[in-house]
Amino acid sequence: MLSLDGLVAVCLVYVVALFGIAFLAEKRATEGNARWLNSPFVYTLSLSIYTTAWTFYGAVGSAARSGLEFMTIYLGPTLVFVGWFWLLRKMVRIGRAQRITSIADMISSRYGKSGALAALVTVLAVIGTTPYLALQLQSVTLSFSVFADPGEFAALGTDTTAVWVAGGLALFTIIFGTRSLDVNERHPGLVSAIALEAIVKLAALLAVGIFVVWGVAEGPSDILARIEDSPISEWRSNGARWVGLTVLSAAAILCLPRMFQVLVVENAHEGHLATAAWAFPLYLLLMSLFVLPIAVVGLQVLPDGANPDLYVLTLPLAFDQEVLALLVFLGGFSSATSMVIVAALALSTMLSNHIIVPIWLRVTQGEDPMSGDMRRVALMARRLSIIGVLFLGLIYYRSSGGSVALASIGLIAFLGVAQVLPALLGGIFWRGATRAGALAGIAAGFAIWAWVLLLPNAATSGLMQGLLEQGPFGIGWLRPATPLGIQGADPLLTAMVLSLGVNTFLFMFVSLISFPSPMEWLQGAQFVNVFDHSAPTLGWQGGAAAADDLLIMAQRILGTGRAGRLFQQAAAAQGRAASLPEPNPDFLKMLERELAGSVGAATAHAMVYQITGGATVSVHDLLAVADETAQMMEHSSQLERQSSELTRTAARLREANQKLTELAEQKDTFLSQISHELRTPMTSIRAFSELLMQGEGLDEETRLKFSRIINTESLRLTRLLDDLLDLSVLEHGRVTLNESPTTLQEVLDKAEAATGVLESGGRIRIIRDRASERVDLMTDGDRLAQVFINLISNAQKYCDATTPELRIRVQRQPGRVDLEFADNGSGIPERQQSLIFEKFTRLETARDAQGAGLGLAISREIMQRLGGRLSYVPGQGGAAFRVRLPGRALRAA
Amino acid sequence: MNRRLFLERRTYRRNRLQDAARLAPVLGAFLFFGPVFILTSDTGVGGGTSGWLVYFLGVWFGLVILSAALSFAIGRVFPGEDGAWPPGDGPEGG
Repeated sequence: MLSLDGLVAVCLVYVVALFGIAFLAEKRATEGNARWLNSPFVYTLSLSIYTTAWTFYGAVGSAARSGLEFMTIYLGPTLVFVGWFWLLRKMVRIGRAQRITSIADMISSRYGKSGALAALVTVLAVIGTTPYLALQLQSVTLSFSVFADPGEFAALGTDTTAVWVAGGLALFTIIFGTRSLDVNERHPGLVSAIALEAIVKLAALLAVGIFVVWGVAEGPSDILARIEDSPISEWRSNGARWVGLTVLSAAAILCLPRMFQVLVVENAHEGHLATAAWAFPLYLLLMSLFVLPIAVVGLQVLPDGANPDLYVLTLPLAFDQEVLALLVFLGGFSSATSMVIVAALALSTMLSNHIIVPIWLRVTQGEDPMSGDMRRVALMARRLSIIGVLFLGLIYYRSSGGSVALASIGLIAFLGVAQVLPALLGGIFWRGATRAGALAGIAAGFAIWAWVLLLPNAATSGLMQGLLEQGPFGIGWLRPATPLGIQGADPLLTAMVLSLGVNTFLFMFVSLISFPSPMEWLQGAQFVNVFDHSAPTLGWQGGAAAADDLLIMAQRILGTGRAGRLFQQAAAAQGRAASLPEPNPDFLKMLERELAGSVGAATAHAMVYQITGGATVSVHDLLAVADETAQMMEHSSQLERQSSELTRTAARLREANQKLTELAEQKDTFLSQISHELRTPMTSIRAFSELLMQGEGLDEETRLKFSRIINTESLRLTRLLDDLLDLSVLEHGRVTLNESPTTLQEVLDKAEAATGVLESGGRIRIIRDRASERVDLMTDGDRLAQVFINLISNAQKYCDATTPELRIRVQRQPGRVDLEFADNGSGIPERQQSLIFEKFTRLETARDAQGAGLGLAISREIMQRLGGRLSYVPGQGGAAFRVRLPGRALRAA
Repeated sequence: MNRRLFLERRTYRRNRLQDAARLAPVLGAFLFFGPVFILTSDTGVGGGTSGWLVYFLGVWFGLVILSAALSFAIGRVFPGEDGAWPPGDGPEGG
């Protein structure tokens, strides 16, 4: 039999080997040369810390007692990994995007970086993990005791073994777990040592399995037959327990602090998850492949009193396979140590970040927290936490003493940490989850779990015992053994349904009725929509790859030529003329500046940092991008405004041009009309004057007649020229109005007299209502009379009624006076109504060509000058004109 | 075959592949949980443990194969796109 000294020596050699591997890996990693470390299989192997000594030894024991049920602990994680695309991928992406350092950090980050939540989860994790640590220490001590002769072992003392193991593990964890405050919290040395241990434990279990199946039994069919013969064949599954344990183990692999550490924090590349998705279930399958055969053979071969939990170790010893037993011992040792190391590391990170450092900062308020001292404090806090956590485990192991209580602690611990699950899943998939909800749910679930499961397990004596048996204050339904008075139920399942049920309900209910803080809402978006916000992150030694990507991006934005020159210059400046430049801060800053010229500073910053993976896009960056976009939109809307303004101006210019063209045409028409008007009298004047000059034989009467014609025509010419002059003056606004007080009656009288209607006995009768004409005016009476004269004489000239009449009606309106001049003739044809105010317009019905056709044009101009209006009123039977006098012409009586 | 496609075939395949990856655990849960309810029912008798051991190990191994196939397929159709990684052996190739 292997001596205890020999065993200790083998252990020491093994530990030294682990240290060596870890040192080598750290060294390679710092040189940037650890390719094998970055392999997805190392990642997968590091996940194997899920199978602790509890499962390494205990699975066989569980199989011996309850058949296939041991599988549930592996089936849950298998389902979770097969469904990696749905959940794990998101968790890892969030972990990398938010630089999450632990499960507590994850929960607290999601809920607005809440310190209280982080502390609560940390406490929960420590309480849930400490018994588990004790369990590992116990398993190592137990496996030592199997090898030791009773005498030797007594001399050494179980406690001493545990102390030595705990001390060694603390040392290892401190050395490789807290070398530096690594930005990405990865520990290559530690991970590589764990990967090696994973191989050792798998190899040990497979070796025993192969020995049992082909060494002891005669192959697989014989083993299956032996299973049928053994008591295990009587196994009848308990459906609820089967499903419950599978779900519990699935929850545990997501929530266990150590699993989170290797799964999310130590993840070097998101793609590794795709390999782990099948490789880790395969690892678990291989781990459980021979569990049942070993249990069956153990039951058959070993004496009845043997502990089934140790069959893996005692079976090879029973067949004197010492080397095999040694391998198994190392496998168990590996399972225990790797779990303890990672758990201690994860817990110390949480304790230091969420409890010790915040307290330190509060205590040392006023001192500069930015000083380098903080780094030292954080590292020291971590080291002390590791020692503290292991010490707690040791105390728990020593005080609990009995192995029976510890054996069941595994599942209890699972349920404890699973209290984080509702808040975790809710935080990842539900935007409405709030901090208050998470706090309420976790706290309630934690309390129920502790009361119903943990306390009964941990309690040993005295007051506590009484409390547990009778319930607090003798309230029976609060008794942990029979919660709510439920009798004879599976305590684990009862606790699971109660704690997780209340937890989930409170989480959702409080989330629904509470309101998130802005930070929470922002973080919620970052978590739930992580795939919209973050690009897949690159590897941690992505130097060259990043430069490649940067070049591709720069080419897209700047063009191939310019980007190439830029990179060449930068490489030359770094003294690496033949290759791509190293993406150091200076180069990145320069590149950012160049890109900013094309896409704006904020976008350039975001793009460069997404590629280098140096940082995720911060809220600040996003806001800056938004600002920039707003500015660009502003700019473009300005351009739009300007362009529409130009369009309007062009339209106005076109209009003006058209008007000018029309005016030119009008002028031409006017000139031709005027020359025509002037020529007619001039022709007759010239003709008659020539006749007078030549005609000797003209009698006096003829001569007189001719002279009269010449005179009449010259008068007409003069009148025409006067009119033209008058119109020109009026049209150009150079008229001076002589405003003076007068009355409407006076002006009308003057006009009537001027037209000679009264003297001639009247070809036309004017009907006036003199009473209504008593309107006091303050206007140019002569000009107004001119308008009236024109209207009266027009009626005289053109009214075609047999007894022509002109009715002048005065209508007083508020603020103005309207005069209507209406005759009883046939009026003006509709199609000519629009033309009558134009120059040189004479109606076709005109009886003579006395006027020049300027009268109405002049009248209209005069009325405009006087501030009034002259318009034709259609539909009155005869021709009707309305003269409107403005309010300003009315004089207060 | 010169059929007109109303969907971009590659995108469509890729999306269905993601669906398959998301549904795989549902299939697994069904295969793992289904039998135990049969075994638990009143008429169910104990025994046959060796048979069930072979069944569960078989389903388990089948899931591993399925998961590996899906992971490989997804890695191939996502050439460095959304939520994926460079195909091949990872970043150390860069």
